[in-house]
Amino acid sequence: MFKHRMSALTAAVSIALLSQAALAAEEQFFPVLSYRIGPYGANGQSFFGGFVDYLSYVNLKENGINGVKITWEECETEYNNAKGIECYERMKDKAAISTGPIHPMSTGISYALIDKTVADKIPMAMVGYGRTDAVDGSVFPYAFPLVTTYQMQASAIIRFLKEKEKGHLEGKKIVFLYHDSAYGKEPIVALQEEAKLNKFELTVIPVAHPGNEQGAQWLKIRQENPDYVVFWGWGVMNQTAIKAAQKIGFSRDKIVGSWWAGSEEDTVPAGDAAKGYMSATWNVAGKDVPLIADIEKVVYGAGQGNLGNTSKIGTILYNRGVSAAVLSIEAIRKAQEKYGKGKAMTGEQVRWGMENLDISDARLKEIGATNLLPEIKTSCDNHEGSGKIKIQQWDGTQWVVVSGWIEGNKGLIHPLFKASAEQYAKEKGMTPRDCAKEM
Amino acid sequence: MLYREAGQFKTSYAADQQLFPIRQDRIGILILLAVVFLVIPGVAGDYWFSAILIPFLIFSLAALGLNILTGYAGQLSLGSAAFMAVGAYAAYNFQLRIDGIPILVSFVCAGLTAAGIGILFGLPSLWIKGFYLAVATLAAQFFIVWCLTKFPWLSNYSSSGVISTQPLIIFGHAFTSPQEKYLLVLTIVAVMALAAKNMVRSSTGRAWMAVRDMDVAASVIGIRLMPVKLLAFAVSSFYCGVAGALYAFCYLGSVEPDGFSLDMSFRILFMIIIGGVGSILGSFLGAAFILLLPVFLDIALPWAARLLGLPFSSATVSHIQVLVFGALIMFFLIVEPHGLARLWQITKEKLRLWPFPH
Amino acid sequence: MQFFLEVLISGLLSGVMYALVALGFVLIYKASGVFNFAQGAMVYLAALSVAGCMEKGAPLWLAIILAFVIMTLFGIATEKFVLRKLVNQPPITLFMATIGLAFFIEGLAPIVFGSEPRALDLGIVDEPIAVILDAWDMVISKFDLVAAGVAALLVTALALFFQYTRTGRALRAVADDHQAALSIGIPLQHIWAIVWGIAGFAALVAGLMWGARNGVQFALTFTALKALPVLIIGGFTSVPGAIAGGLIIGASEKLAEIYLPPVMESMFGGNFGGIEGWFPYVLALFFLLVRPEGLFGEKHIDRV
Repeated sequence: MFKHRMSALTAAVSIALLSQAALAAEEQFFPVLSYRIGPYGANGQSFFGGFVDYLSYVNLKENGINGVKITWEECETEYNNAKGIECYERMKDKAAISTGPIHPMSTGISYALIDKTVADKIPMAMVGYGRTDAVDGSVFPYAFPLVTTYQMQASAIIRFLKEKEKGHLEGKKIVFLYHDSAYGKEPIVALQEEAKLNKFELTVIPVAHPGNEQGAQWLKIRQENPDYVVFWGWGVMNQTAIKAAQKIGFSRDKIVGSWWAGSEEDTVPAGDAAKGYMSATWNVAGKDVPLIADIEKVVYGAGQGNLGNTSKIGTILYNRGVSAAVLSIEAIRKAQEKYGKGKAMTGEQVRWGMENLDISDARLKEIGATNLLPEIKTSCDNHEGSGKIKIQQWDGTQWVVVSGWIEGNKGLIHPLFKASAEQYAKEKGMTPRDCAKEM
Repeated sequence: MLYREAGQFKTSYAADQQLFPIRQDRIGILILLAVVFLVIPGVAGDYWFSAILIPFLIFSLAALGLNILTGYAGQLSLGSAAFMAVGAYAAYNFQLRIDGIPILVSFVCAGLTAAGIGILFGLPSLWIKGFYLAVATLAAQFFIVWCLTKFPWLSNYSSSGVISTQPLIIFGHAFTSPQEKYLLVLTIVAVMALAAKNMVRSSTGRAWMAVRDMDVAASVIGIRLMPVKLLAFAVSSFYCGVAGALYAFCYLGSVEPDGFSLDMSFRILFMIIIGGVGSILGSFLGAAFILLLPVFLDIALPWAARLLGLPFSSATVSHIQVLVFGALIMFFLIVEPHGLARLWQITKEKLRLWPFPH
Repeated sequence: MQFFLEVLISGLLSGVMYALVALGFVLIYKASGVFNFAQGAMVYLAALSVAGCMEKGAPLWLAIILAFVIMTLFGIATEKFVLRKLVNQPPITLFMATIGLAFFIEGLAPIVFGSEPRALDLGIVDEPIAVILDAWDMVISKFDLVAAGVAALLVTALALFFQYTRTGRALRAVADDHQAALSIGIPLQHIWAIVWGIAGFAALVAGLMWGARNGVQFALTFTALKALPVLIIGGFTSVPGAIAGGLIIGASEKLAEIYLPPVMESMFGGNFGGIEGWFPYVLALFFLLVRPEGLFGEKHIDRV
């Protein structure tokens, strides 16, 4: 018995050594700052499950990115800023050789990493969260709030409601109910601008963390009797809000949540109360997406899946994790086109790839990711790349998309980013890049 | 043999009252300081500085602050993180609002601000004790963090409430590399730790301990409870405030109020319990233990799972980390309820005779 | 006025929910002097056990029984392997050990039952009661009323247990004076194991109610935070105190959330909502300044 174990051990060691040797042959390293425990652990499990599964998928299906094998290492951040920094520092040396973009999936951690990533030349993707004024790439060269930002999302939700009201929001009443943190506060500016523009009445109501008791807020909403509630929750706050809306008899189909308030993790625990509830998203749920079905077949067929609980495959957050990984891989492909196919890319090179992303619908179709992402085209002065969302509705068992792509009001929102980024540059005493020269 | 005090005669009061009366301690401290100031900056890498050593020193300072309050003055507090938040935001605002204020001065001012607020929240300690007081300090924890979110002036009207700290410049020199930041933090922590060591053996420190052991008895022998307790709150908050400023300026670089959560307060409390209540050394040992243990588990567990071929998903490994962390805390409390500092004391006693049996 | 009443009633009812969690604290503190911070985690464990057993196909009643067995065993194990070994340690050490226990549970429970948030359906729809809504245009939640009924039942059951059973009386004796109880032959450790079992039961009831209300998930551990100010106001050692404290906290917190922020906004400008996080604690603090041992707590006299 002992001998057996010894030989297994030597085998394991030699495999480890072999893979070390293989590192010399091209490998693309991904530092994965994931979280799977704590109040948001369930969300993290789905998201990072999808993220890592897609990396395995590219390895299994295409033998890596143009032949470059993908390797990754995970570090548990617990959604905690200090732990996030520790993880980042731990992986930094490895990432100095070659690195995929970091996805912290936490606004707090992304804020703490903004300066560090610039110094270490490691790109950071904040897909649908994080520092939104990083849309202005001239001030934030290494940070990419890809796909869309809170402000653009809020603006798009307003546009959706406006269309629903046949083009007029004048005199309507909208309540913004939000998690009282950086995450929830960001869209307020955008909503205030929209309120001015569309002449609706906006009331903002904060909910203290963690938000597992919202009786007072919803009674206030009942008193206000708004036409719609725009809702920015995270974690337990989401289910509680849906339940509390039922408790006061507020119709759920008048609530529109943000994309972090619209996953199965939010609606399933609320039970029947969630029926009719709407939320923003940029990716659909379900396994009808060819890529998702193929991941299940290829990755889980090979027994290399990251999820312990396979029922999560095809959920909103799982698919969103895949979409984030697709963006990362496409950025590396783009970088390889410029810096050499079949080579591992450094952070600097990947950064270039992310800044010059151009993912068309045709390309999405090619990789089977139609409906996982909108078209994306980034540039130095637009690190967001899209700004489009869809609205989905919970029908009691699953999410159903109820709108086409809706774009936020760019002309209204993007100047806000520009101003905020300028203030940041001034505070830090730095000179922004000249985007005209980056082409 | 190694730690023999016999034969060390004191011939003057000054010699008898020095900070480290035993020769071995003096030598040990000098060697330790030499190592941390001269050797470590040469050998440690970036990871060690910015992910381990700097947070370790900062949390040691915060734990020291809490230890003064809880360990020496006997007032249990669950709000240390909030006082760190006060320090961080105060330092940021002093830098922002007062032109040309040296950064060290704003650190001191941040500490003083925290001390002022500490006194305010220390007032209830004059009436209430024990767990009632502990839960009352939670009021400080939640209220302060809420205030920092609600008054946009404090975060210079940033839409998210997150502040990014100003560059660290002292006498025209910018502290940017992790190594320089480490040395800066180390110097501040070393000075404050020695000051604390000195303070707890002074008449103030002895008054604190008298209050801790039995406040009624202390007041009977003529210790005025109010100034003594409030001073403990002030000094403790000062330490936490400076730690908070360092946390923002030398460690994270950008902080939000929610980062200074109850969880962090608990962590600091853990540090002093595991390290040793009422021990300066214990604050450091506890901080090292509580910070390093999760890192160690995070590295060791996935490795062990792979090596043994256990079919654990990443989620399970993460959960096992929490489980083991909790189990180890209970284990340590059962094995050595007086903390790691007590283990060191036992070692010293053994070394007095070692290698001889008697 | 009607709105004020609505807020008040909804506050009182959610106060009952806080009290349910607070009861578990009181039971353990009364009998063993341990401030059990893991009570929140135990609520989580209990709710997760129920949801987990139901997922495996057990009907609700069986799941509840199984969860009760799990909680009792867990309570007894905690007493035997952790607290018994910490006898005679200062209260803060015991408190710390329970925080370690909380971490332990938070790691263990998801490994056994999975960590995805789940719904827990007790068959009560959480809707406004139609009759009241029609007659007075007032929203009173059906579910909250049921929860209040359950809390009343639980307190009555506990009161009867303490008053009329042999074990209950022994428990009260232990709570009064450990030494004296020991000297008349009450087996202390036996009693403590029972207390932890009962606290597990209280956690189960709280877990069922909170789980049905907000879903079964990690955030159930946060329920402990709401229970702490309840304890201060009610006193750590009083069962009726926990209920009274819960009602006071629940009602005042809701009223404050509605009526305070506008006042502050007119004073400072800006947006001051979301005060529920700290308001109960500050309120509890003011209570303490008037009555340092809580509303129903026992007066403590120091002797030198």
